[in-house]
Formats: sequence, structure tokens, C-alpha cells
Amino acid sequence: MEDEQSFSDICGGRLALQRRCYSPSCLEFCLSCPRITLRSLTAVTCTVWLAAYGLFTLCENSMILSAAIFITLLGLLGYLHFVKIDHETLLIIDSLGIQMTSSYASGKESTTFIEMGEVKDVVINEAIYMQKVIYYLCILLKDPVEPHGISQVVPLFQGGRRQDHLCIQQKVSLGDGGILASSGRQKVKDTFNFFNLMFSG
Amino acid sequence: MVLKAFFPTCCASADSGLLVGRWVPEQSSAVVLAVVHFPFIPIQVKELLAQVQQASQVGVTVLGTWCHRRQEPEESLGHFLEGLGAIFSHKPWFQLCRERGSKSWSCKATHWQGPTSHAASGEDQVMLIFYDQRKVLLSQLHPPAVLPDRQAGDTTASAGGLAAVFDTVARSEALFQSDRFDEGPVRLSHWQSEGVEASILVELAKWAAGPVCLLLACLLSLVSAASACRVFKLWPLSFIWSKLSTCEQLRHRLEQLTLIFSTRKAKNPAQLMRKANMLVSVLLDVALGLMLLSWLHRKDLIGQLADALIPVADHVAEELQHLLQWLMGAPAGLKMNRALDQVLGRFFLYHIHLWISYIHLMSPFIERILWHVGLSACLGLTVALSILSDIIALLTFHIYCFYVYGARLYCLKIHGLSSLWRLFRGKKWNVLRQRVDSCSYDLDQLFIGTLLFTILVFLLPTTALYYLVFTLLRLLVVTVQGLIHLLVDLINSLPLYSLGLRLCRPYRLAAGVKFRVLEHETGRPLRLLMQINPLPYSRVVHTYRLPTCGCHPKHSWGSLCRKLFFGELIYPWRQRGDKQD
Repeated sequence: MEDEQSFSDICGGRLALQRRCYSPSCLEFCLSCPRITLRSLTAVTCTVWLAAYGLFTLCENSMILSAAIFITLLGLLGYLHFVKIDHETLLIIDSLGIQMTSSYASGKESTTFIEMGEVKDVVINEAIYMQKVIYYLCILLKDPVEPHGISQVVPLFQGGRRQDHLCIQQKVSLGDGGILASSGRQKVKDTFNFFNLMFSG
Repeated sequence: MVLKAFFPTCCASADSGLLVGRWVPEQSSAVVLAVVHFPFIPIQVKELLAQVQQASQVGVTVLGTWCHRRQEPEESLGHFLEGLGAIFSHKPWFQLCRERGSKSWSCKATHWQGPTSHAASGEDQVMLIFYDQRKVLLSQLHPPAVLPDRQAGDTTASAGGLAAVFDTVARSEALFQSDRFDEGPVRLSHWQSEGVEASILVELAKWAAGPVCLLLACLLSLVSAASACRVFKLWPLSFIWSKLSTCEQLRHRLEQLTLIFSTRKAKNPAQLMRKANMLVSVLLDVALGLMLLSWLHRKDLIGQLADALIPVADHVAEELQHLLQWLMGAPAGLKMNRALDQVLGRFFLYHIHLWISYIHLMSPFIERILWHVGLSACLGLTVALSILSDIIALLTFHIYCFYVYGARLYCLKIHGLSSLWRLFRGKKWNVLRQRVDSCSYDLDQLFIGTLLFTILVFLLPTTALYYLVFTLLRLLVVTVQGLIHLLVDLINSLPLYSLGLRLCRPYRLAAGVKFRVLEHETGRPLRLLMQINPLPYSRVVHTYRLPTCGCHPKHSWGSLCRKLFFGELIYPWRQRGDKQD
């Protein structure tokens, strides 16, 4: 069972949200980010090399040119390995936990699994980014020492604050973007249902 | 709530039989540990489980049946397996079945209402989670999920969530002791049922470790007793020991070795890891030291060094003399107070003269001293580096002296100026109340104060210039020493064993787990594969970093600048710690 929706991120790029339902107790959301384009890659490389060539004509030192090549290569490698996220997956398994996976463009995957017992709540947070207010989903984790405290706030889909449109839509349909999943004994069920409701459109 | 069945991947190809494991009612999950094969006698299975339960303190029971259909389905086996539920009663009763094609599994969990009323049983939704038993057994979760009540001796499993699964598998090692070559009454299938995993080398090392540790511990206790001798505690010696970084490093090494070779067993995995890290760090240190030693001796570098050392010291002294002569003139076009300038310059020149004659007095012995120092490299690279740091400190002793004189003079002037500035404004420092009070001065007092203030203000630039130049020199030396200490601390504190373990056996240090959804058919239970998420390298270093002997810089840059401005003495890191004690 699959369905796909498309949204736009903060900068206006296209995002595709895929929803997969493996069984009644297991949901997966996959957010694919826009791929790196040849145009932007060429533009950045040309800028760096032209700047290096300008410096070279001034100083007449060929070290600058080789340094520019190395900087471009290392920068590209670092960007692909640490910054550019290809797609992000959120796997929600009822009564077990929430798993977040970010796949980078170089193939690196980083996974975090949060057990359901640690989840205190799932909320939509507001934040100020540049000149506007954005909304993002985040998970509040329980403090093991103090039962009512929050030990950590884990933002979801953080590969670039890119689900604001997605959340705005949901905010309208779910009312005020406050605490959505109710607390209490039924929370585990509710967290799961929350995601089910949230992305069903 | 969905029922979860944790099933070991190694049992997926086992023959039909009974599922043995632990039921965790709080999370409604069943951890399958092994499969018991036919034929068996129920009493003997129960006896075995009771033994395991006693040994491991884990509630191991029969959870249900396992049916692996290799040929066409046999009706009789199905009825037989259902009948077993009446003998081993368990709620819920799992019926796990694998069809001939490797991908179709079925799992049923039944709540028996009673032994006779089969019709009134209810079924639950089940999720199958596969796990690698060996990896889960050997891995160690971070942060360790040890609750205080378990440390106190309460051995019932109290860890929550997935930690309970890890805990259960780790503690039921008694179940995994038998392999299929054993002539026991019950045949089991688990991760080492093909043969118990062991290594001859490890067993030999275990046998040898006891006597070796005892011997070395005796030797180390002799050494530490000798070093604790009262002769070394007398006043001038103890002062010198506390200032030399070599002694600090040797003491640190001795402590480490005592800990490594102590005959007491490590209480928990963290301590064991710490011991292993220390051992690897010491071994690497000694290996690097031996390499340095062989490199020094192969090309007779020590002789060359000794020959080069005296000219270098002479050269440094000459440069300092030039600097002083420059300061005694009109440095950078500044007009100094000539008389004070001359006095200070002559004083420092005389000091350099003393220093050069001292170095020349020592020059015949330097090669022999260096040769012996070079031998100390076999104690480890860190010891050699510490000695290098000490030698630098000794050879730049004159710079230190200049710095102290300059700083003291400057400090005196700054303090005098600040108190006279208060006098200027009709105030004074009240020592009893620790505050500035207003005060009315006589005319004579004001006159004398103003006179002194003027003199001090006009003499300040001369002193400040000397102070500035020598502080810069001192900072240079301190930076070099600081870099050497950083290197020593790096070798001392890097947890190499943990890093190697993370590199070669990533599952041993687990940060958590991750799940992968296996191929799914509608109508069949959901199947997940549980994998171990290894700890990131940064957290490995952070968790297992060894304590170092060096005290870290306790001052921020701001307080350092403040100290420099007010002319208080700064020390390299190690002495700074001693000073504060």
C-alpha cells in the first residue's frame, strides 16, 4: 500500500513524501529531497576556479591553482558525505519504536532508533528561520530520572528544515499546532495513530 | 498490543521442535533463545530449563512450537504440535511455522482458556523480529542500562525495553553450553549448536595470565615501595620531583601498570575495557619508544645532538645579548629612562654571562647525559617526551629568570600606581572590609604620593618594555612545552583498544539497534530484522577516554590576559596545578 504526495521545502525545492503501509502496525514515510543538479555543481566549481585564476594572475603562484582543485574535490566529497541528504525515512512500528534513517548522497546511512517507552510526546514546534516562522515536527523524550521532565527534543526530517509546508497544512487541519498526541496510558497507541492521521492527507 | 516474537536467525533452518525462551509480559514480547528438537521427554526438558533458570536467573520457559515444513504438510504433525500446548502450558502459546519456500512464515499466538475448551481461544497479532544471537550476546549497549537495584544484588532482569532482550540473551549463556555432539538427553539448536566457539590461544593466555600477573604485581609493588622511600620525601628532593614532568609521567605509568596487573578481577565490562585500553596504550607507548631508540642509535644521532646542543645554547645566549643591547639603546625609537634602562640591561647581561659559563662547565658531560636519557625511551615515548620537555625547561632557565624579574618589577609598579591613583582621588583600600573607602589625606601625604606617582608613571614604560619582551619569550617556551604535554596526554588518554574493537567488530559496542522490514506478504505476520547500530567513533573516544596525569588548563583566555596585564606569574600546565594545591 503506497501513496505519494509532493511538497515544497523552505527554499522552494520539491520534496516527495512516500507513505508505505507494511501492516496495520508498521508504517514508513520516505521523504526524498531534490537531487544535486549539474547546473549548480558547474556553477560552484566554475566560481571557485575563476576566483583562483584571478588570484593566480595577481600573485603568479601556481600553488593557488592546485589548492583550488583540492579544495573543490574535498569540498564536494565532504558535501556529499556529510551535508547532502538524499532521502530520509521514518519507520514507525507500533509498540516498538520510531526509527529515523538519513541516507546521504554518498551512500552513508545514519540511523537512530527511539523506543516507544522513551517517547513522551510528538509535537509541532515553531521556530524563526531568517525572516519567517517555520514549523517542524519533533519528538520529546522522557527524562529517565524525572518522570515529568523532558530530556531531549529530537527534530524529525531535519535534513534541512524542509517540511514547513507539510506541517502548515496539517496544522490547519488538526487545529492549533500544540501538543497533539495526548499523554497518559494510551499514549503509545496514540503516537502511532498520530502519525497515521498526520500524513494520511 | 501487538505481540513481538524475537527469533534468532540461526534457528531459522532448524528442524521442528519446541521454542524455548523468555516471556516479558510488560512489553508483551517473547525472546526465543533456542529450539528443542524431537524426540524428547517433557520431564527432561523441564529439568533442563529449571537448571538454566537457576544458573542464569532468567525465567526460561517453553513458549510454543516451531514447525519447519521441508516436504508437503503433514497433518499428523500439526495435531501433535497442538497437543503439546496442553503439556507445557504457557500464555500465550506461540505456534511458529515456516513453509517450504523460505519466505513464507506464519505465526499464531493463542490464549488457551482451559485445557479442554479449544474453541474459546483468542488470537493476537504477532510481529516476528529476527536477531543475530551471537552479535546480541557479545554486544554491549551504551549507555549501560544498569539500574541501581540490580547493582545491589537483585538479579531479576529489570532493564526496560530492548535492553531486556539484550540482557536476557547475555545472561542465558548456560543454555548455549551444549552443542549437538553432546550426548545429553535434550537436543538444542542455538547459535553455537554446531560446536562451542573457543580459541586455544585465548585459553592458554587465560592460564598464563594468573601467574604472570602475580609476578609482575610483586615486582611493581617492590618498585613502588622503593619510590615511596623516605629519602625521596625530604624537602629539596620532593620539591624537585613535583616540578619535573618526567616524574609525574613515571608515577602515572606506575599507577597504570599496577592497575593492569592487579590480580583482582574486573567487576564490570567498563572496567575490563579500561584495563585493556591501558594495556594497549602502554604497549603502543613502549613500542614507539623502542622505535625512537633504535632510530637514535642507528645513525649515532645522540652524538650529533650533543655536539649541536652547546652551539645552539651559545647562539641563543648571543641573540639574547643582542636583544638586551638593543633594549638598552633606543628600542623602536622609544626614549627610555636611561639610568634605569642601563641598570636593568647590565643586570640581565650579567645573568647571561653566568648562564653561558654554567653551560660550558657542563659541556663535557652532556653527551653521556643524553645517552642515558636516550635509554629511558625504552620506558615509553611519553617518558622520552617528558624528559625532552624537562630539558627544554632547564636549558631555558635564564629566560624564565628574566621573565620572573621583569614580571615582579612590573607587578610592583602596577600595584603602586593603582594605590597611588586611589590616593589621588581621595580614597583608600580598606583591608578589613575589603572595599574602597574615602579618606582625607594631609597636604604632605598628598604631595609625597603625587611625587611618587609621577616617578612611577615615567619609569613605567621602561619596565613594561622589558616585561613585554621577556613575557613573549616565556610564552614561546610555554607553548612548546604545552604542545609536548598535549602529545603526551594524547598517547596517555587515547582508548586504542576500544577504537580497534569498533573498527574490527562494530557490533561489540552498540549504541542501539536498527530495524529493517523484510519482504512482506499480505496475510502473513510482519517480519523485521534487528541489526546492531554501532557506536560512533566520537562517542567511543568520549566514553572510554583514559584519565591523564596532566592537569588541563584551568584558565580561560580572558583570565590569562588579565594575569599577563597585571604581571602575575604564569606557569605551564603541570606546575600550575601544583601551584594551586
